[in-house]
Amino acid sequence: MPGQVDALTVSVWRGAAAGRYVDYQVPHRTSQTVLDIVTYIQRRLDPTLSYRFSCRVGVCGSCAMTVNGVPRWTCRTHVDRVAKDRKLEIGPLRNLPVIKDLATDMRAFFDKWARAKGQFQPPATPAADFARVDPASAARREADAAIECIGCAVCYSACDVVAWNPDYLGPAALNRAWSLVNDVRDAGGAERLAAVSGDAGCHSCHSHQACAERCPKQLNPTAAIAGLKRATLKAALTGAL
Amino acid sequence: MSARAQTYLWFAQRLSGAVLALCVAVHLATIILAVQGGLSAAEILGRTRGSTAWAAFYAAFVLAVAVHAPIGLRAILREWTLWRGRGLDAAVALVGVGLALLGWRAVGAVVG
Amino acid sequence: MSWRNRNHPTFWAFLVHRLSGIALTLFLPFHFWTLGQAIAGEAALDGFLRWAEQPLVKASEVVLVVLLAAHLFGGLRLLALEFLPWRDGQKSLVALGGALSLVVGLAFLLNLA
Repeated sequence: MPGQVDALTVSVWRGAAAGRYVDYQVPHRTSQTVLDIVTYIQRRLDPTLSYRFSCRVGVCGSCAMTVNGVPRWTCRTHVDRVAKDRKLEIGPLRNLPVIKDLATDMRAFFDKWARAKGQFQPPATPAADFARVDPASAARREADAAIECIGCAVCYSACDVVAWNPDYLGPAALNRAWSLVNDVRDAGGAERLAAVSGDAGCHSCHSHQACAERCPKQLNPTAAIAGLKRATLKAALTGAL
Repeated sequence: MSARAQTYLWFAQRLSGAVLALCVAVHLATIILAVQGGLSAAEILGRTRGSTAWAAFYAAFVLAVAVHAPIGLRAILREWTLWRGRGLDAAVALVGVGLALLGWRAVGAVVG
Repeated sequence: MSWRNRNHPTFWAFLVHRLSGIALTLFLPFHFWTLGQAIAGEAALDGFLRWAEQPLVKASEVVLVVLLAAHLFGGLRLLALEFLPWRDGQKSLVALGGALSLVVGLAFLLNLA
């Protein structure tokens, strides 16, 4: 086969919470992604394998899995970069219940975005005019930095605080809240800051920075959470919280 | 706990941490200088007895640690054990009170 | 899976910070109690200090000094992270803190009579 060099031994998680890793032999090709491997297994070796993907080009955030112990977007992860001794281990994301094989139930992840008030909150009386936002302003730059999230849950899966404290909202939801705190048009204010405070919120973050380390979009939720810590403190000291 | 109370709990640990950073820096320098030529009670007490400055320094040091350690302990126990809720909060508060009383007793012993 | 995911400098810095914090908190009551011996006079404190001359105790003191310094430098890094504008190079700051902690430990060790 053109481009085929050798075979990879790929261990894939099969089952739900109870399950085991099953080995498959997959031909190794140049420029092959981890998602290509999973697709090959499902199409050629075992059609009962369940996994999730959509765009294949790093936009939709559907295909995140645990690759050799580390959460990654599989469509943009090249096999040559992560395979060790021609071996790969592919499992479902951590910190989310496994539905089957590589597909997790992501409801908790998205519910926490809602709990962090991650939706834009318009003011009670509609604005009379367009908001003029200076792209160079400090607040807009903070919002811009946080806004590129694709919701892949890699950070949520990488976060130890989520693992140790299941109520914790997690890096993605807090990062989203921070982008809205910096949106001058948003009227969420103190209510959102209250929602992201305390044991389930920003104050439980220990700055391991696993989220920033693993984010495929190179976002920095740790910095966003530090911003929320300062914003909540300011609100508490001025009596707004 | 309200959002406000939890925010203050976090801030109390950071504020006490900032105070401790100063205290620990002084403490480490003192330790390294004091151990030269061995430690003796006369040497330690000669420095501290009757000194208002050292008394104030150590009293503040103890207070900061009595605030700082229990809040950290609370986070650790919540994350690494199944202990949560009011019982835990009361227990770590008691640890703080215990550290403060033991610490101030020690300060009293070396400055008195 | 977890430990492979955790293998990055700021996680190790967290672990050192947490474990040194636990160790220092457990040590403190003992430290306060021994200093409290001075209430009973110089002789009682000297009795303890003689006991503390044992090599194993001295070695533990060196470890405690390193842990205290590590907790100090780690804490300063976290205060800067949380209260100052974000700065990149966290890994270098972790390395710097680790190195300074060992320097403090060495200074203590070399000054031991």
